[in-house]
Formats: sequence, C-alpha cells, structure tokens
Amino acid sequence: MARDLEKYLRPGVQSTPFCPGCGHGILMNLTLRAIDELHLNMDEMLFVSGIGCAAWIPSPNFNADTLHTLHGRAIAFATGAKMFNPKLKTMVISGDGDLTSIGGNHLIHAARRDIDLKVICANNMIYGMTGGQMASTTPEGAYTSTSVDGNPYRPFDLCKLVLGAGGSYVARHSVTQPLSLINAIKKSLTITGFTFIEVLSPCPTQFGRRNRYDSPADMMKILMERCISREEADSFSEDELKDKIITGEFSNG
Amino acid sequence: MKPKKIKTTLSPGTYYFSGNEAVAEGAIAAGCLYYGGYPITPSSDIMERISVRFKDIGGTFMQMEDEIASICSVIGAVWAGAKAMTATSGPGFSLMQEGIGYAALTETPMVIVDIQRAGPGTGQATRVASGDLMQAEWGSHGDYQIIALSPWSVQEMYSQTIDAFNLAEIYRVPVFLMGDEAIGHLRERVDIDEEVDVFNRVKKPGEAPFGTEKKDGVPPMPAFGEGEKLLVTGSTHDDRGFRKTDDPSVHSKLVSRINDKILNNRDSITQTESYHLDDAEIIVVSYGFTARSALFAVDELRSEGKRVGLLRLKTIWPFADNKIHKIDKSVKKIFVPEMNRGQVAGEIMKYAKCDVITYNQTDGEIIHPHTIMNELRKLL
Repeated sequence: MARDLEKYLRPGVQSTPFCPGCGHGILMNLTLRAIDELHLNMDEMLFVSGIGCAAWIPSPNFNADTLHTLHGRAIAFATGAKMFNPKLKTMVISGDGDLTSIGGNHLIHAARRDIDLKVICANNMIYGMTGGQMASTTPEGAYTSTSVDGNPYRPFDLCKLVLGAGGSYVARHSVTQPLSLINAIKKSLTITGFTFIEVLSPCPTQFGRRNRYDSPADMMKILMERCISREEADSFSEDELKDKIITGEFSNG
Repeated sequence: MKPKKIKTTLSPGTYYFSGNEAVAEGAIAAGCLYYGGYPITPSSDIMERISVRFKDIGGTFMQMEDEIASICSVIGAVWAGAKAMTATSGPGFSLMQEGIGYAALTETPMVIVDIQRAGPGTGQATRVASGDLMQAEWGSHGDYQIIALSPWSVQEMYSQTIDAFNLAEIYRVPVFLMGDEAIGHLRERVDIDEEVDVFNRVKKPGEAPFGTEKKDGVPPMPAFGEGEKLLVTGSTHDDRGFRKTDDPSVHSKLVSRINDKILNNRDSITQTESYHLDDAEIIVVSYGFTARSALFAVDELRSEGKRVGLLRLKTIWPFADNKIHKIDKSVKKIFVPEMNRGQVAGEIMKYAKCDVITYNQTDGEIIHPHTIMNELRKLL
C-alpha cells in the first residue's frame, strides 16, 4: 500500500526536492492518487509546468511526458500541444507566481478560450524558489523579502479571477483537505474544458519563518483552521470571515 | 538523410503572390500543421492567409494573446509532433527571444518568420529595414546557434520557407526567415512545382532525445504521446532530459553540441550566389531586398566595362566566413550596402583581406539601385 503509487514515478527519481513542511509533496501524492483512482493511462498524459518549486511536482517525477517550460508560460506551451494533439490529456501544475503573475495573461486567455487543460495552481502565497519575495497572492500585510514592512497591496482572489475569465470548473482546496482535493482533481479530469484548482500549500521556509509561524506543523494547523467550506461560510459573520479562506467548488463545469 | 517528395496542395503553375502570401504557401508545402501568432504590421497577412488555408488542409491555427504565447504554443505543438511556425515583426520578435533560447536549448525545430520593419522601438511599423539580423543571431541570452535565411524575391519567400522547415528538421534548431516589409508586400510571379523535397525529423524509439555520439550532433526526436515518457526542460539537462543544473561537464557538453551541430555543418548550410566575381576588382556583398538593387547596379556597371561583381548571401547565419575569406587578393574593395548600421559589414570585416566600405541607410526606404551605382562609381 505504501508503494502503490511508485509505478507513477519516473525510474531514476530518488527523492522530492521540497523543503521539510512544504505542502507540494502532499499535492504530488494527491494528484497521483486521483489519476490512480480514475485508472488513467500515463502514456496518454502530458504534464506541463513553468518555473518555481511547484513546477518540480511533475518534472521529472511523473513517469509520463513532461514539459518543464519557461517562467509563466506553461499554459501557452500546453495550449499548443493540446490544440495540435487533442488526444493528450494535458495537465498544468505550477505555482501562484508562475501561473498568475508573470503568466497571468495566458491563464485568463486559456480560461476564456475554454482550452481543455487541467490547471492546478499550488498557491504558497510567495515566491519560494527565488528567496521569498512578495507575490500577487501574498496577503496584505504579510512579510516577505521585498515587503519588510508588510505587503501594502491586496492579493488576487485566484478563483474569482479565473471565474471572471470563464473557467469551466473552478475550485479551491488546501493540502490539509486531502479527500476533497482528490475528488476535485478527479472531477476536473473528467470534465472537457478549462479547469482550475487553486491548492493552498504552505511554505514554511520562505513564508512561515518571516511571518512568525513557529513550526511547519503550526502552519498546517492554522491552515486547517482557516479553511472553511462555502456552506460553513454562509453561517459566518463578515467579521468572522476576515481570517477565513473559503474552499470548495466555485463553478462545477 | 534523404528528402521525401511531397505533392503541393496548390496546383502546379504560375501564381502572383505577395511575399507574405508566398511564405504561408511555402509553410503549407513544407508540411506545417500548426501556426501560433499575434497580429503585427507588416507580417499579419501571413497569419491571415494561414488562418484561411489551414481550413483546407486540417492545420491548427491559434491566434494567441501575445507573441510570447505564440512562440511558446509553437514549441508545445512541435513537441506534440507538429511542424510549426510563427511570424512576427520588430517588437514581436523582441518578445519572442526568451522562447527562442528555450527552443535552441531543447533543440526544438521550428520556423520563425521576421518581416523586418524600421526600429528600434515601435519605430516605423510600415517601413522597411534589415535591423534584426544581429538579434536573430544573439537575441536570447547565452551561447547558441541558429540558422537565418535572407530571401530576395517572392519566389524565394516561398522556397526559403520550405528550406527553413527542412533545415529545422535536419538540425533540430529554430530557423529564421529574415524577410522585410518590402519583400513581404511586393507582388511578383511565383512558380509552384508539383512536388517539393521535404525532410522530417528522425525518430528512434528508446534512444536518448538530447544527446548523440553521431558526428552531425543531432539526436533523434520523439513526440509526446508516443509512449517515450519524454522529459523536456529548458534547464541544462543530460541526454535523457534530466535536469543537471550544477554539473559543469553536462552544461559544457550540451552547450558545445548545440553550437557545434550548426557550426560544424556550416559549409553545407550556408548558401551564396555569385555574379561576375571572376575578374572583379570591387565586390558588392549583399543580401535580402538590397541585393536586388545591388545586382541591377552591378549589371549596369558591367555593361560599361567596369570590373564589379556581387556575392549574394542567401544565408546570413551561420555566416559565410569561408566565402569572404577566400575572396581573392586581387579584389581591391568590398562594398556592403545595408538597411541597418552595418550589422553584416562587421562580420565581413572579421574575415576580409581588403578594405570593406559600408553604406548604411536607416530611413525606412529601400536602397535604390542608383544609390548603389553612385557609391560604386566613387570607389572605381
């Protein structure tokens, strides 16, 4: 049971490159579980990623065709591959900085065109690989290496952004919600059209230590407390919702 | 490597095309089945014709959100098995540079058409120049080699587009067709043959796609969906595609090979044409649209008995350094007229044994035959 996903890993890959406490390893696991539960053939899948920590989830780890591209451009590369060969089940896995800041234009246009891409955005709210700089997803007031007095700007609500651009299936889950996340990935893989799943994934190394989280476990615990379902959110007051992150489906295909 | 004879989709015969229309037809004749592009003057009519003609042949046309997306989508399509192209001009060419470097490092065969306009900046969008030649060679960061062709007629806009696809497939490299506004919008006669010679990338299932011990330095290239579990990355990689970003020997080997596979084959890649060179005392070295004016001027002066000749560069990169180096000592001067500030003249100076005289015109106009004639008279 412990090694039942090994067949999905590329021979020669020995360990993940992620820091202790990073959520990306969980996301990697859950993505493969969704693929396993659907009995998908990895020979018919293409995984496209950009630049950054999350881009290393599929490349080189997944034992399928993988395309590790330029910073921000994963969706543009994926669009060309998918449009030329529609038989390729094409999944894009990359980070928040990659997909929504430098690559934001490609994200909204692929959603608008309803290209059949399965996009998973691992959102750690910071630029992890480059040393913890402020991102378009960093919460207002959060400390980063380029906002030492706190981020003065509002972050994107990524799901609203993609909804506004016309995404067929839009959902948000945290790596602390493994069953919901597996189900969301499975659902996205069975829908034809542009799907977008924002996955909240903690970055203790860059975000946690600058924002006074005592340990990676604390970050996970706080994420669990902050994430509530859309249904739960209905019973919360505006004040109570301030620190909460609403998870679930925002458009269900 | 042997070509395949492929029937053209146009009926054989004589056509009256603009240069840009001829590029679209050349691409289709060469087997191009994916085009990603973004509108920009003066290249947009290539995309317009492709968007219509692809309906006949089942090609995939994508008008992307910008030139960055255009070139990236082309690379994605090529790895999915397509022969693919994009076309652009000045500012769009600048935006594509990062993708061009990615294509060079991942050895992605593709064709990029640059219908050059007067720059820098937005410059003069509807005016002609040859100012992007150095950018074609060195536009992206790092050391790499590409192939760049320079057509002088609408016929060559057709035939060199086919050549560009063939060279891309043979060497697994991005190939540039360096047209310009004048040749892109010129209309003239084009002869279309019934068949064209087409080369296709080599496939060898199971073999390493990013390394070879073969002398030509070009590895085989599989596509996504063929069960090869391809590992493609724009980071430094070993011959199976695994990222090796801190191994000096892997980086050195990869960078050397992607440069050498072009430079070591340059004598078969680089094409020139000679006119009246045998007894010439002054040789004009020219390329692209300007070479038309140069040939007119040389022919006129020859009819007056003047010993002038023309060496036309059909290929700009890799540079015809041997041809320049071999120019006989009896030649007194080389004259280089260009619609830029001397981008090719500088290369010629590296290899020439005589004086190199430049004439540079950057006013958005073509160089008139009489201008070249007058300049040559001053040198005679």
